[in-house]
Amino acid sequence: MEKRTKRRDFLFTATYAVGAVGAGAVIWPMIDQMNPDASVKALASTEVDVSAVNPGKTITVLWRGKPVFIRRRTPEEIAEAKSVKLEDLKHPEKDEDRAKNPEWLVMLGVCTHLGCVPLDQKGDYNGWFCPCHGSHYDTSGRIRKGPAPTNMEIPEYKFVDANTIKIG
Amino acid sequence: MSEHEYTPKSKVGKWFNDRLPLLTLANHLTDYPTPKNLNYWWTFGGILTFCLITQIVTGLVLAMHYIAHADMAFQSVEHIMRDVNYGWLIRYIHANGASMFFLAVYIHIFRSLFYGSYKSPREVIWIIGIIIYLLMMAAAFLGYVLPWGQMSFWGATVITNLFSAIPLVGEGIVTWLWGGYSVDNPTLTRFFTLHYLIPFLILGLVVLHIWALHVPGNNNPIGIDIKKPSKDTVPFHPYIVIKDGFALLMFMIVFAFFVFYTPNILGHADNYIEANPLVTPAHIVPEWYLLPFYAILRSVPDKLLGVIAMLSAILILAALPWLDTSKIRSAVFRPLYKQFYWILVADVLILGYVGAMPAEGLYLLIARIATAYYFLHFLVVLPVLGFKERTTPVPLSITEPILGGSPNLAAVKKKDSFKDQ
Repeated sequence: MEKRTKRRDFLFTATYAVGAVGAGAVIWPMIDQMNPDASVKALASTEVDVSAVNPGKTITVLWRGKPVFIRRRTPEEIAEAKSVKLEDLKHPEKDEDRAKNPEWLVMLGVCTHLGCVPLDQKGDYNGWFCPCHGSHYDTSGRIRKGPAPTNMEIPEYKFVDANTIKIG
Repeated sequence: MSEHEYTPKSKVGKWFNDRLPLLTLANHLTDYPTPKNLNYWWTFGGILTFCLITQIVTGLVLAMHYIAHADMAFQSVEHIMRDVNYGWLIRYIHANGASMFFLAVYIHIFRSLFYGSYKSPREVIWIIGIIIYLLMMAAAFLGYVLPWGQMSFWGATVITNLFSAIPLVGEGIVTWLWGGYSVDNPTLTRFFTLHYLIPFLILGLVVLHIWALHVPGNNNPIGIDIKKPSKDTVPFHPYIVIKDGFALLMFMIVFAFFVFYTPNILGHADNYIEANPLVTPAHIVPEWYLLPFYAILRSVPDKLLGVIAMLSAILILAALPWLDTSKIRSAVFRPLYKQFYWILVADVLILGYVGAMPAEGLYLLIARIATAYYFLHFLVVLPVLGFKERTTPVPLSITEPILGGSPNLAAVKKKDSFKDQ
């Protein structure tokens, strides 16, 4: 009697297990279809010609549907960004780590609070100011005042040649 | 409906059930007394529910990626096939799912024809079923237009032109359907809207279909009225649930075979060519499930009468409960009807075959004979058979032939009084 019960238990468990794998195999494609598709992934990097950008100017390019700020900083802005003490920062990051080539700041123009696009050369720190909820960023795009929790994100990028930046 | 009162055991359950009797409904569906002699032909109701849900779920997913615009529809379908994660799988399930849906519905309908499930007291279930079938054909046709290939475009042109057969207002109706002077972008966008709407109408009708079924209960292979619940019935759960589940798995194997091994065999290669209003493909045929009706349409040499014949071929089914005059439901006890039943099955298959062939010569002759016989079956054979046929004795209960006696005492009394006379 005992043996029969065990056999039946085994069959039940095995059936449920196979059923669960089958259900998972059916459900996964229905979920995965909403992930970025091949045509979206194909647009994952963008090359930008920056030869026309003079010091003190910012251009905004679209990368993965989001704005990327490319700013050619003036010596004063660089000096200001480097002079800030790390303990004064909400999200401590050195300017050298954010701008490998100090003249060029390449960062995602998306406020880390709730995703608005901050305004250039505004706010209390001569950097950016987000009009949605009042976050102030400095000349290195670091959060200094307001509700945003972190600095604006630096995307992966590199200089392909002296005048071309490849983002992504 | 089961007669006994149901009270949930838990306090919360009782509180909720007094306000919305969902638990009573669940209990009814679980305990629902089902004839214990139901064979595998009765599992297609469950299979059809599965088909409907599959079409709705895959359809919702496709609608997330499809673009209903004449300039982009074809490209967006290719985008689904090539770029979207598992897009090929979801589209192949949806496209073959339509065929599987019709395969199951034809088996379901012919099961009903064999066992007389459409007869009193189940006429309303039957008529709702016919409406669902009509909506299925509409949904299938509208869906076939959406990929905007050559067959889509010319299928849409031909089918909408059927309405031009209507005297006086026909041309106006066609222009209204198109939203222009030919099948074009306005046609596509409205077809997409309606294709999206119809499955939900079907879903509502399926609820009514099942509700209407649960009033008299299931018919059964010997077609007799049974007492519910009794020794002739088993509860829906687990007996029928397991049987339906097993049949569904078998059905899914067939389904998966088409999806994974030969996903395009039921379609037409021409539909992978983008719609071109300047060139008609050499050979226009509808999908296989509409072929018998297409054959009837073409077998009549007059435009208006052809359309009327085709529509009548479907609508005549709605009158079936009154055309069939026999009081005996199941063909098991109707030796003559059983033969005519199989002749009808063959007739419909022949119509399907000639529907796929060119409408000329011998094919046309066969189509005409088969069309005539189709109507003869419903309008002459069935009404006459009810009066002329000598049926074989019907058992009193499902258990009687095996055990003798019957749990249905009323039926036993009736039979005994019959003997006395």
